[in-house]
Amino acid sequence: MTETTGSARSATSAREEILRRVRRALADVPRGERSEVDRDYLAVHGARSAGENIDLLAENLAEYRAHVHRSGEAEIAVTVARLLAERGSRSAAVPGGLPEDWLTRVPPEVTLIHDSPDLTAQRLDAVHSVISGCALAIAETGTIVLDGGPGQGRRLLTLVPDHHICVVRVPEQIVGSVPQAFAVGALVPTRPQTWIAGPSATSDIELDRVEGVHGPRILDVVLLGAA
Amino acid sequence: MKDVYLGMPSFPEAARTATKDERLRANLTRATHTIRDKRAKAVTEIEDWAELVEAGKAIKDHTLRHLDEYLLQLEAKVTEAGGQVHWARDAAEANRIVAGLVKAADGGGDQIREVVKVKSMATQEIGLNEALAAEGVAAYETDLAELIVQLGDDLPSHILVPAIHRNRTEIRDIFRANMARYGRPAPEGLTDAPADLAEAARLHLREKFLRAKVAVSGANFMIAETGTLVVLESEGNGRMCLTLPETLISVVGIEKVIPSFRDLEVFLQLLPRSSTAERMNPYTTMWTGTAAGDGPRTFHLVLLDNGRTDTLADTVGRQALRCIRCSACLNVCPVYERAGGHAYGSAYPGPIGAILSPQLRGTASEIDASLPYASSLCGACFEACPVAIDIPEVLVHLRARVADAEPGHRAERAAMQAATYAMTHPAAYRAAEAAAIKARRLLPPDRKLPLGPAKAWTETRDLPELPKQTFRQWWKENHR
Ligand code: SF4
Repeated sequence: MTETTGSARSATSAREEILRRVRRALADVPRGERSEVDRDYLAVHGARSAGENIDLLAENLAEYRAHVHRSGEAEIAVTVARLLAERGSRSAAVPGGLPEDWLTRVPPEVTLIHDSPDLTAQRLDAVHSVISGCALAIAETGTIVLDGGPGQGRRLLTLVPDHHICVVRVPEQIVGSVPQAFAVGALVPTRPQTWIAGPSATSDIELDRVEGVHGPRILDVVLLGAA
Repeated sequence: MKDVYLGMPSFPEAARTATKDERLRANLTRATHTIRDKRAKAVTEIEDWAELVEAGKAIKDHTLRHLDEYLLQLEAKVTEAGGQVHWARDAAEANRIVAGLVKAADGGGDQIREVVKVKSMATQEIGLNEALAAEGVAAYETDLAELIVQLGDDLPSHILVPAIHRNRTEIRDIFRANMARYGRPAPEGLTDAPADLAEAARLHLREKFLRAKVAVSGANFMIAETGTLVVLESEGNGRMCLTLPETLISVVGIEKVIPSFRDLEVFLQLLPRSSTAERMNPYTTMWTGTAAGDGPRTFHLVLLDNGRTDTLADTVGRQALRCIRCSACLNVCPVYERAGGHAYGSAYPGPIGAILSPQLRGTASEIDASLPYASSLCGACFEACPVAIDIPEVLVHLRARVADAEPGHRAERAAMQAATYAMTHPAAYRAAEAAAIKARRLLPPDRKLPLGPAKAWTETRDLPELPKQTFRQWWKENHR
């Protein structure tokens, strides 16, 4: 099609022209200028022990209306089963790589749906819950980061169901602050990431905060190892 | 194709109409004050706010001064990660590119008649929805506030809370009357409780998310080093749009690039606290090109100029390109509070709109020539800005530009209209303005800000030379 050739040519020239405009606009910038950014901000706000970080994470998550639970390794299966029962869940999605021993007490009336390529968003729309791990959690901001690693899976798994049970291993998966989340090298920038701070919310109607518009309306966070 | 804001009256005229709307004013006042108070708390909670502001400003300035290099790096990384990069000189070109991509998204079948959208100021700026409509493609806004605006056939009035001028009863009526026209109708007996309204929106939009083949978004940040795009949001509609459809098209201004992944540690602290007064917004999504088995299979990035390079060429005005669209400057602005967002005649209301629109579009039109006068130069916006944009400085600079362009003619008229507005607008406005000015008079003689914990703040916050009164005075002093 001649049309394609024409638009391809104009596409190239758009790129060249914008770059030319940028360079012309920056005529005042000395060639080879290299400025350093002063990073005088703090790496972390205040000194806290590992235990205090766990408490702060729990507090901040709760302030943004997540439900926070603590569980030892031995009780994790019971905790997961209890949370599914409390929410009246009948089905739960399970990402690949989720530790099987978290699921050993799930009652038979809850159907576990292991992730597979044919688990589409349409099918997930009928699934009540999802159980996942995480990549790390940030105490100061009450934030959980998912990066699609083992036990977290594809992004839609933790998006479409209305109830998300998210397990954070503490203290090892907790960092104190946002800069620490970037410093530890735990996050691989090129993996799809979802940062979660409390359940979905809006303040668009007269600035009243309402939980749950499109993401999971119930976020249960289990701090594993903090019994 | 309809240009959204074409034929807008100039600022003083539009503001006069808006200030007469009691309900709009009441909603705006309540909203801006609520956000303002909450924000102050979120900002004072961390003691290094001033250093974060300084770093945010420095990162943005550095990027802008080497913009060509970072754009090329970004392009290479996005392409490497499986994305396709397009360049658009202006709105028309961007709209043409997006329309073409939507039509080609089903392999040339030309069957796609709708796209879902996540709130984006860039697409608002270029009038993308109208352009797509002209091509027979419906663009559905999925932010609750944008949905309200779209169903109510309205223009947004605030960057962050576009439906800030609507109260809950109006929203219920809009949902009842118009949801059925676009898809799933509002539930029977819908009340005006915010939770019920949110539930109605959830059901209405879930249907659209599940069947959408194409999504259109903007982005808060683009990382040159990795090719990663970042979207911050609250409701989860962003995650839906960025995750479920097969094709994702992101339209992003060229000034949104930042050098490195690590730079996010600054902006992920500045932006949520400054915009929604939260320690962190509920959801942030980051993606790099396409990922096997996770999310869209096709990703297009449309890099938009549309006046940004003109803005960049002005060594005083280019600081406006640092803006991270937090809307803090709106919430502290006495003029915005009185006039409302619609009066600014562009996608960018409030103080940032007053300096950005005349630079992006030039000052040829009545509204753009009058925007630099839509301020009393009280300086509250500068104090609130998380990337230290000296809005009063740019306003004064742009006033000079307007005056130089057409001495004694259109510029004078714009200023006279502004002055008329100032003299006729409600006393309540003067009170707000006076309060802001009074606050500044309390400043010590060295004109540094007296903010306790934020000592380095004053490094960036040297106040510009400001008139002691309003722009009426300023005009008198500068024009015989
Ligand atoms: S100018 Fe500053 S305060 Fe206003 S929206 Fe932009 S970043 Fe926020």
